[in-house]
Amino acid sequence: MRFSLPPLRRLLLILLGFSLVGFNLAGCAFSGASGADPGASAPVTSIQNKGSDTMVNLALAWAEAYQVVNPRVSVSVTGGGSGTGITALANNTVDIANASRAIKAEEIAAMQKTGIDPLEFTVARDAIAVIVNLANPVQRLTLPQISAIYSGAITNWSQVGGEDRPIVRLSRETNSGTHVYFLEEVLRLGNSDNKTFFSADTLLLPSSEGITAEVRDNPNAIGYDGLGYVVPEVKVLGVARETGGEYFFPSVATVNDLSYPIARDLYMYTAGAPSAVEQAYLDWIFSPSAQDIVAELGFVPVTAPLSGQ
Amino acid sequence: MPKRAQTWLETLITAVIKTSGYSAILFVAVIFIFLMREGLPTLAEVPLGDLFSSRWYPIEDYYGLLPLIGGSLLVTLGSALVAVPFGVGTAIFIAEIAPRWAREILKPFIEIMAGIPSVVLGFLGMVAIAPRLRILLDIPTGLTALAGALLLGGISIPTIVSVAEDALDSVPRSYRDAALALGATRWQTIWKVTLPAARTGVITAIMLGLGRAIGETMTVMMVTGNAPVLPRSLAAIISPIRTMTATIAAEMGEVAVGSTHYHVLFFIGITLFIISLVVNLIASSVIFRQRKRAERILS
Repeated sequence: MRFSLPPLRRLLLILLGFSLVGFNLAGCAFSGASGADPGASAPVTSIQNKGSDTMVNLALAWAEAYQVVNPRVSVSVTGGGSGTGITALANNTVDIANASRAIKAEEIAAMQKTGIDPLEFTVARDAIAVIVNLANPVQRLTLPQISAIYSGAITNWSQVGGEDRPIVRLSRETNSGTHVYFLEEVLRLGNSDNKTFFSADTLLLPSSEGITAEVRDNPNAIGYDGLGYVVPEVKVLGVARETGGEYFFPSVATVNDLSYPIARDLYMYTAGAPSAVEQAYLDWIFSPSAQDIVAELGFVPVTAPLSGQ
Repeated sequence: MPKRAQTWLETLITAVIKTSGYSAILFVAVIFIFLMREGLPTLAEVPLGDLFSSRWYPIEDYYGLLPLIGGSLLVTLGSALVAVPFGVGTAIFIAEIAPRWAREILKPFIEIMAGIPSVVLGFLGMVAIAPRLRILLDIPTGLTALAGALLLGGISIPTIVSVAEDALDSVPRSYRDAALALGATRWQTIWKVTLPAARTGVITAIMLGLGRAIGETMTVMMVTGNAPVLPRSLAAIISPIRTMTATIAAEMGEVAVGSTHYHVLFFIGITLFIISLVVNLIASSVIFRQRKRAERILS
């Protein structure tokens, strides 16, 4: 090549500089986190906890509160999606997987091949809220209507009593437990023979935040998200189980008396019987103080331990 | 230094440099073998007809790649339409027209632009560009191929400017002087003499820029809506699409190692690899042909 390279090298140096700054920051954050341990001299056991993005805030709050209860155990929490967490449990890279859907039969079979027998704990409940823009006059929908909207049979808000606007459907990515739950229980109305799909032009957004941002901004949009993630800048719709049925808004009361139709259990999975440290953590999670955190974050507490044991 | 020690040192340095040179080939080969090993089982697991269908819904075993390939090509083409005129134009301005002091300020700024992390640009696109596009163009949503193309254009501009400006800068001063002496205007000198003389470097710049655009992941994942719809015409630029890179990034974390879905994701990687290989081959053949022609004329 005829042109000289030094400016390009300078560019590379600048890039290198940026990445070094990034690493340094990450390093500081990391050492900061481990240095915050109060019982500095005591040996610290750590529990790796990964999975559902729906549960990540809840799991973080639990981990933080548990630091006070038992400073010798540190729980580190990462998200990524229910499938990601279960895969990590199968690959033996985490101790506890969080999932907003029940583990699939194939996943259990794959784990048993490597000698892992996953154990299920129902740690909280969640309602999935159907959300629209505040400017949208639609107040409520039935499950069949929501199914028709997401499968592409209904394409305009005027067909469900709204303004003459096209409907923009928003969904979580396919690795999200919320996506799978919504597909099975709402789109296919809980009927396993039903092979309805999400309309191909459904926007698949990588985060709850992305869905909230688009719904807040776009009067054409409809989205769904865990009740704990709903912000005041979007409108939550009332949902009826069938055409002509009574409409319910999602809340702790309507989830617990099973009247709100789109509610599900949230799970934690361990690989086989939990170790003593994991068992202590899970026992604490079913205690009233941990279940209070569930309610604070907009999820629905479970009353009694519903372990798989 | 005694002569013997010097020779020994020289041999060592030569060996180190040689190893690092050959290791580049080794790394590419290893990556290629890995891609092939993880991706090729797809051909045995998924019938070709399914692979080239237009439904992508991997959790129920629909592995149609066409929407993803179409999405990537559409976004990259769109970004080229944005980045090539702006990038080459900026390079010409900096190299040929701007006074020395302006150039000293502009060049480092453009190079810093290249260092902005793509997730930041993606966030910018999500909160600032997509909503404005929706209102401006009166379309159902702003999370479209167009938003992706605009941002990717922005990402590839610094690369294009930086490399193309170097190419223009290294055109010998005598070419311009000769053109001006023959009575050419400044515009004619740039368009007919400087730019053709630097063509090799400018084409390299464009290819590097486009390479950056087609491989970019985070930004497109945040602003294109990720709906796997097959774009059937250029009008699809104002509707949501899903690119190959975003698909790999969004789904790789979830798949069970060794499953069909896992193999298909690597197959997408192979497809991406082949596309960028073809782009590079075309670019280098164009450069090669031109150099020969130039040599003929000069001899």
